[in-house]
Amino acid sequence: MSDKPTIAAIEGWYTMDADKPHLIGTSCNSCGTYYFPKLSTFCKNPSCEGEEFTEVQLSRTGKIWSYTDSQYKPPEPFIAADPYVPYTVAAVQLEKEKMIVLGQVVAGVGVDQLKVGDDVELVLETLYENDEANKIIWKWKPVA
Amino acid sequence: MSNEIAVIGVGMHPWGKWGKNFVEYGVKAARDALKDAGISWKDIDYISGAATMRCGYPGYVAGATFAQALGWQGAEVNTSYAACASGSQALAAAKAKILAGEAECALVVGADTTPKGFLAPAKGYRPDDPDWVRFHIGITNPTYFALYARRRMDVYGDTLADFAAVKVKNAKHGSTNPYARYKKCFTAEDVAASNMVANPLRLMDICATSDGGAAVIVCSAAFAKKIGKSDAVRVAAISTVTPTFAGEIIEMPDIATDSAVACDAVRFRAQLPIKAYEEAGIGPEDISLAEVYDLSTALEMDWYEDLQLCARGEAAQLVRNGDTTLGGRIPVNVSGGLACFGEAVPAQALAQICELTWQLRGQAGNRQVENAKVGITANQGLFGHGSSVILKK
Repeated sequence: MSDKPTIAAIEGWYTMDADKPHLIGTSCNSCGTYYFPKLSTFCKNPSCEGEEFTEVQLSRTGKIWSYTDSQYKPPEPFIAADPYVPYTVAAVQLEKEKMIVLGQVVAGVGVDQLKVGDDVELVLETLYENDEANKIIWKWKPVA
Repeated sequence: MSNEIAVIGVGMHPWGKWGKNFVEYGVKAARDALKDAGISWKDIDYISGAATMRCGYPGYVAGATFAQALGWQGAEVNTSYAACASGSQALAAAKAKILAGEAECALVVGADTTPKGFLAPAKGYRPDDPDWVRFHIGITNPTYFALYARRRMDVYGDTLADFAAVKVKNAKHGSTNPYARYKKCFTAEDVAASNMVANPLRLMDICATSDGGAAVIVCSAAFAKKIGKSDAVRVAAISTVTPTFAGEIIEMPDIATDSAVACDAVRFRAQLPIKAYEEAGIGPEDISLAEVYDLSTALEMDWYEDLQLCARGEAAQLVRNGDTTLGGRIPVNVSGGLACFGEAVPAQALAQICELTWQLRGQAGNRQVENAKVGITANQGLFGHGSSVILKK
């Protein structure tokens, strides 16, 4: 383990709780619709005139809606390790919020280890490292 | 019928990676369409261009750019931008103008020159832009198509062989189309040997970007009659509806879907043809052929279901039966589709109209669908844009 500090790769999108992290969203005080990333201006439900929102922690477990991987190195602003290591991506359905959230799957898990409907939980893992820090992002991890 | 307009001319510039100015492609397509209609450029009183975002200012004002290149002649001008639906929106503008009695005969034209390689967002650290964030965490464009494809496999039992069969079918369809960029009759082995991009999609499951140009001439029923083309193909419907909140499917470039806590989840791709069928007063059982946006092989199969050509989950059966192959019950992408063309954004929706027009006239040669009476197009692009157009004899 390096002794470099761990810093959120994207500030304010998730709690930095190492054990039980959550994505941070908002919910509309009028109709209850959830938003991720956070929305705090005008509700997008066409039947709602809500302008007041409450910051909420989204469910940290869900079921896989679908999954894939990235065999080619993506363009910037993705910061790839050298040599490039393909990673897996999952779209995860959150039951309470009735929404699907994308994210990488933890390192070492390939598409052949996943199925639609599998249970996953949110964890924090390194997105990339630079000289100053480990940049941390949310990822989905299969629940054993 | 009073809410229909006539298609009296169509023309295209071959798709490819020619590297020329987009205006050249558009003007060539426009001149071919004028010749096809048997009228002169000076007979056009409304020009409606589909914009391109990749060719600088002339692309943003495409209608005027094409008008100037064809020779300023005082026609009224419009430019529409709606991502992949730009051509359909430009057509809708012409239709509205004609049905309002403010124009008789309109030229609708779109063309594009595409850069090499993949498109990427602007640089810097910009976490307030969700499009920047998704690239930063490694969510690329093929990611979305692969998610849809994989879900079909796990939920409906589609196989890699089904996806490859779509590519093989479209390649064969397009192999004799003079406007197609790729004319090789690829095999399932070719598809399986191509590099994996985003599992389960391989390079040959995903469409390329191309240069190209397409043009359509539409007019009032009275004008068509005046020039002896009363039996011209008709535009029976143009649907350009927005999505309805809450969107059911994770759409590029979003990181999350809408939350369906307060509103039912709605599938955008399915909404587009619903409006078109309503407007035309027909149903999916009346369709002779379809031209759909096969950005990937698996996405073409999603469209079968969204167009209601079969029930949800049954698209693979259509492929396996050969129903969507030329000669089958409901041929899809007999032009060769994006698999053979590659995408030239502002021209693509108009290229779909050109193909349907040739098919409904019985002028499609080797690709001709027997007894074609009604055709439908479908496409979807970024930021809630999409379209579905119905043409009939």
